[in-house]
Amino acid sequence: MIELLVQHPLLAALLALVGLGAVFGALLGYAAVRFRTEGNPIVEQINAILPQTQCGQCGHPGCRPYAEAIAAGEDINKCPPGGQAGIEALAQLLDREVVPLDDEHGEEKVPQVAFIREDECIGCTKCIQACPVDAILGAAKHMHTVIASECTGCDLCVEPCPVDCIDMIPQAQTLQTWHWELPDTSNRGADIIATDAGEAA
Amino acid sequence: MRKIHDFHGGIHPVENKHQSLHTPIRDAGIPAELTLPLSQHIGAPATPLVAVGERVLKGQLVAEATGLVSAALHAPTSGTVTAIEPRPIAHPSGLPAPCLVIASDGEDAWCELPPPCSFETLERPELLARIRAAGIAGMGGAGFPAAVKLGLKPGTQVETLIINGTECEPYITADDILMRERAAQIVRGAQILAHLVAPAETVIGIEDNKPEAIAAMCAAAEGTGIEIAVFPTKYPSGGEKQLIELLTGKQVPSGGLPMDVGVVCQNVGTAAAVADAVEHGRPLISRITTVTGAAVDEPQNFEVLLGTPMSHLLALAGYRAADNPRLVMGGPMMGFTVPDPGVPIVKTTNCILAPSAQELPAPPPAQACIRCGLCAEACPASLLPQQLYWFARGREFEKAEAHNLFDCIECGACSYVCPSNIPLVQYYRAAKAEVLQMRRDAQKAEHSRQRFEARQERLEREEAEKEARRAARKQAAEEKARRAADAGSGEADPVQAAIERAQARKAAQAAGAASEENPLQKLEKTVVTTRERLEKAEAKLAQARSEGADHIAALETGVEKTRAKLAAAEQALQDYQAQQTPAEPAPAGDAAQAAIQKAMAARAAQANKSPLEKARDNLEKLEARLAKSEARLAESRAAGEEEKIVEALASSVERLQEKVAAARAELAAEES
Amino acid sequence: MALMRVTSPHAHGPLSTSAVMQQVLLATVPGVLVLTAFFGFGTLVNIAFAALLAVSFEALALKLRGRPPGFYLGDCSALVTAVLLGIALPPYSPWWLIAVGIAAAILMAKHLYGGLGYNPFNPAMVGYVVLLISFPVQMTSWAPPRGAGEVPGLLEALRACFTPGSFDAITMATPLDVLKQNDALLVRDLWAQSPQFGRWAGLGWEWANLAFLAGGLWLLYRRIFTWHAPVAMLAVIALMAALFYDGGSSASGGSPLFHLLSGATMFGAFFIVTDPVTSAVSVRGRLVYGALVGLLVYLIRVFGNYPDAVAFAVLIMNFAAPFIDQYTQPRTYGHAGTGDGK
Ligand code: SF4
Ligand code: SF4
Ligand code: SF4
Ligand code: SF4
Repeated sequence: MIELLVQHPLLAALLALVGLGAVFGALLGYAAVRFRTEGNPIVEQINAILPQTQCGQCGHPGCRPYAEAIAAGEDINKCPPGGQAGIEALAQLLDREVVPLDDEHGEEKVPQVAFIREDECIGCTKCIQACPVDAILGAAKHMHTVIASECTGCDLCVEPCPVDCIDMIPQAQTLQTWHWELPDTSNRGADIIATDAGEAA
Repeated sequence: MRKIHDFHGGIHPVENKHQSLHTPIRDAGIPAELTLPLSQHIGAPATPLVAVGERVLKGQLVAEATGLVSAALHAPTSGTVTAIEPRPIAHPSGLPAPCLVIASDGEDAWCELPPPCSFETLERPELLARIRAAGIAGMGGAGFPAAVKLGLKPGTQVETLIINGTECEPYITADDILMRERAAQIVRGAQILAHLVAPAETVIGIEDNKPEAIAAMCAAAEGTGIEIAVFPTKYPSGGEKQLIELLTGKQVPSGGLPMDVGVVCQNVGTAAAVADAVEHGRPLISRITTVTGAAVDEPQNFEVLLGTPMSHLLALAGYRAADNPRLVMGGPMMGFTVPDPGVPIVKTTNCILAPSAQELPAPPPAQACIRCGLCAEACPASLLPQQLYWFARGREFEKAEAHNLFDCIECGACSYVCPSNIPLVQYYRAAKAEVLQMRRDAQKAEHSRQRFEARQERLEREEAEKEARRAARKQAAEEKARRAADAGSGEADPVQAAIERAQARKAAQAAGAASEENPLQKLEKTVVTTRERLEKAEAKLAQARSEGADHIAALETGVEKTRAKLAAAEQALQDYQAQQTPAEPAPAGDAAQAAIQKAMAARAAQANKSPLEKARDNLEKLEARLAKSEARLAESRAAGEEEKIVEALASSVERLQEKVAAARAELAAEES
Repeated sequence: MALMRVTSPHAHGPLSTSAVMQQVLLATVPGVLVLTAFFGFGTLVNIAFAALLAVSFEALALKLRGRPPGFYLGDCSALVTAVLLGIALPPYSPWWLIAVGIAAAILMAKHLYGGLGYNPFNPAMVGYVVLLISFPVQMTSWAPPRGAGEVPGLLEALRACFTPGSFDAITMATPLDVLKQNDALLVRDLWAQSPQFGRWAGLGWEWANLAFLAGGLWLLYRRIFTWHAPVAMLAVIALMAALFYDGGSSASGGSPLFHLLSGATMFGAFFIVTDPVTSAVSVRGRLVYGALVGLLVYLIRVFGNYPDAVAFAVLIMNFAAPFIDQYTQPRTYGHAGTGDGK
């Protein structure tokens, strides 16, 4: 046996390679079984990335349907509230290419929250019916109001209001939400950073 | 002598401490106006207890702690509350925060204070209550409410109580001078703290660049069992985690508290404030603040009332604003720039640094990271700052987290040594904030998802119930029709009819499930029964006529009446139906769906449209909405609806008109 | 005047990238002087011409990439690359050799990857290896040291560089070469027969190595880099040499001292291996990195096809640096265990 191998180096090399292949294959297979991660179904994982604004801008009635559509192969760049960060996360999860947001579906905006000008509200309940997350409180013929902490800013309640008393207000920056931004490296070529960019904060 | 351990990294920046140590602590006096931010500590802002216009006395509680992690506020002098409103505060953002403003009256009249007492006579809960009532928050810079740190869970054993007199940041001398001048008070504070947490040992840690302070403290601590530990000067040995490692050799676990390794750490300033609060009942209303830097003529330390504007102190020290391009609260390593010298001194203001442009020049543009590793050598947390920078800059926050981004204490040692002048700490701050923001967003998204799904479920359930009711109604109606037919065929068997009726009712009830008989059903029933009665009466009348009976007239009026009733019932039914049909909510579940559908359709239509078309569409839509609103307005005017509603409608019409005008203008602009 | 709003820290240490680079340049001076003393002006001419080219190429590349050349040239990194390559090249190299080397170093190894800080491979070594593979003859012909042959003067050095045809290069195998080719003589005899050997190693080479060692020690003293990588590399070379040194038979690989003072050992240890951009970053990582470079240097020198091996060893380890980093993360404060990368 050994002699045969010594005499036929080609055979030896072949054997060695096959042997290595077999060993590593077995190792990998073992690792795959041993260290398998119990994953959520893919739709759940996608849905967990979508912002759950439920605004329908992606062309689906809510985020979950879009998650299902993505799992079935639809483009990942149709959700404006999720923005570029959302697309990146989806690309990472699904191992697809990062593409810019499809502006057919709208632009990435600062997060907003609905506000009902309460003395103008006539209590028609139309906005309540439109709100996908039950963020509006009120009863027929009584003033309504938005529970700001529950509002996703989807903007669906604005249109149905007959007296047009709902405003979408950009969420204001507070001491709690303020933070230093990443230094701006976009200007003047890559590396010259105007440290902090002065007033940009 | 205890063994002094070492911690990784650290730097030796120029100390610049002597400038402010020439003179003793000076009283900064009473400014005309004091501004007390409600949040001077970590935790919930305090809740004001006074109203605008109210007169307050020095030391009076003006805002109480909100919840457990919070600290109370007291009036630093006597005067009148002139405002409770957002004012600019010492914060790098320059955003305003709620403040309580007191106009001082110059009398400096004290309110009544709890009687002085000696701490040995007080029980722990009482001691803790006194400290809490005095509103003491960590005076070293972080501002964590002291009482919270000291309120240990029962059964915990504290190994070491560390009093932090390190003051490792350049320029700052507030703790140094406090230790020189008020060593006895600090030691008493330390004794009180020790009494409170019952540690196995109490250590006061001081860097070896403060020989006078060390001498004073040693003298004061003589015979108290409190140890003074002196260790070599190195920044940031005053960081809580670093100091703990220096003195005990233990490391606070990542994400944990000093208590996890049996250590409680307090600043010397806090100890002094605790002594004041416990022994004299005096709340925290003033502190020692260093004013230094080349842009002030006389750098020195002040005893200053909280709420005093920085500009007041700066003026006392001879401030030359023209020489001062940046004003820093805190030291040059971890302090932050303040946007305006008018912001008030708070419990954590240990230093105001007014450097000249030569002293702390503006940061030059950053060069590329050459991976020299100096930052990693300097990092006291043993991080790899250059990798963190790389990840933060590439927005790869997950990797940054995996490289322990959150163990960075933002000490600035890495930025200090970086030869390429990269603002590393800013990257870490931003990255941390973004990660936290992402976590919050994810939480909110999860919450919204749950609400959306709950709503979806509810709508489906309602739909199903409605369906069931509809089916029941249909069945009942059929039953009635059959019964009516039966009734029409004569009164052959009234018992049978009665039984059937009862059955039908039961069936209707059963089918209608829990549903109440609704008005519609009631009306329908009235109509049916009246019609039955009428038929019966007519039959009787006919019979009487044919028999020539004498009560024909009476029967006739009866029939007449029944007929009228039937007509009325039928009318009522019709009315009700007429009223119901339009108002009957299109199955509510579909409203959201419909809105989404509409939005989708609109967006689909928006796709591929030129701005011109978009503008035109927009205009059309607005016009449609205007028309709708106008119609609604006219209607409600005609119907004489409530004043308020009419007004609201009118104003919305006006607004829509404005919007239409704007859209027209836009369209015109697009077209041109 | 509005007050500045910047993030802390507000103070900055005295060191800047340009200062680091300038000190590295300064530290090469003793080595270059010794080289000039023994081998004539060839190295100086190399360096001067390489520096000129490097700065122009750098400016060109920056311009093409839309960066302000003034600012970036200020970091002196191109000069460092030029000087290192100039030292590594054989003296009296023709101008085109230098030009090709610098072009490969600056344009290919540096700017194609995104400029300073982004290059995974040491630019000077890339330039050197490109030349070594493309022009092996020119790259392995070293001038004889003073004492072993004629040393040309400055004018001749210039002629050698710019009109290579008119200059008859006198070359001589380097000691490492001689030792490698030798398979008949005992080391002691070899020493006696060949003029290129000096007291401990190659004539001239030993002093050049000592001079680079001095420069490196000065940089260490100035805390420009840490001792870990160079010391690990030298230690491993010495260790390997000691292991394989058989007392001087004809198949001997040379004594530890010989290896430490031969070829580009010291130059490599203190000026190439310490290149921060392309080496591992953590302390442990640098130890591993330096040790592996040392190992490769010895293996290639003694068992490989090339007489010297610093360039190859460094480039191979450049590949491995990210990997080393991954597994040598320091233990962060407050974390148990070694904090190996996830
Ligand atoms: S576009 Fe709106 S509905 Fe669609 S996935 Fe994004 S947030 Fe959800
Ligand atoms: S309140 Fe309006 S904007 Fe907010 S979630 Fe509900 S429908 Fe959307
Ligand atoms: S100190 Fe600066 S240049 Fe050096 S490795 Fe750290 S970040 Fe990079
Ligand atoms: S700021 Fe953070 S990364 Fe930089 S030295 Fe301090 S702890 Fe380390």
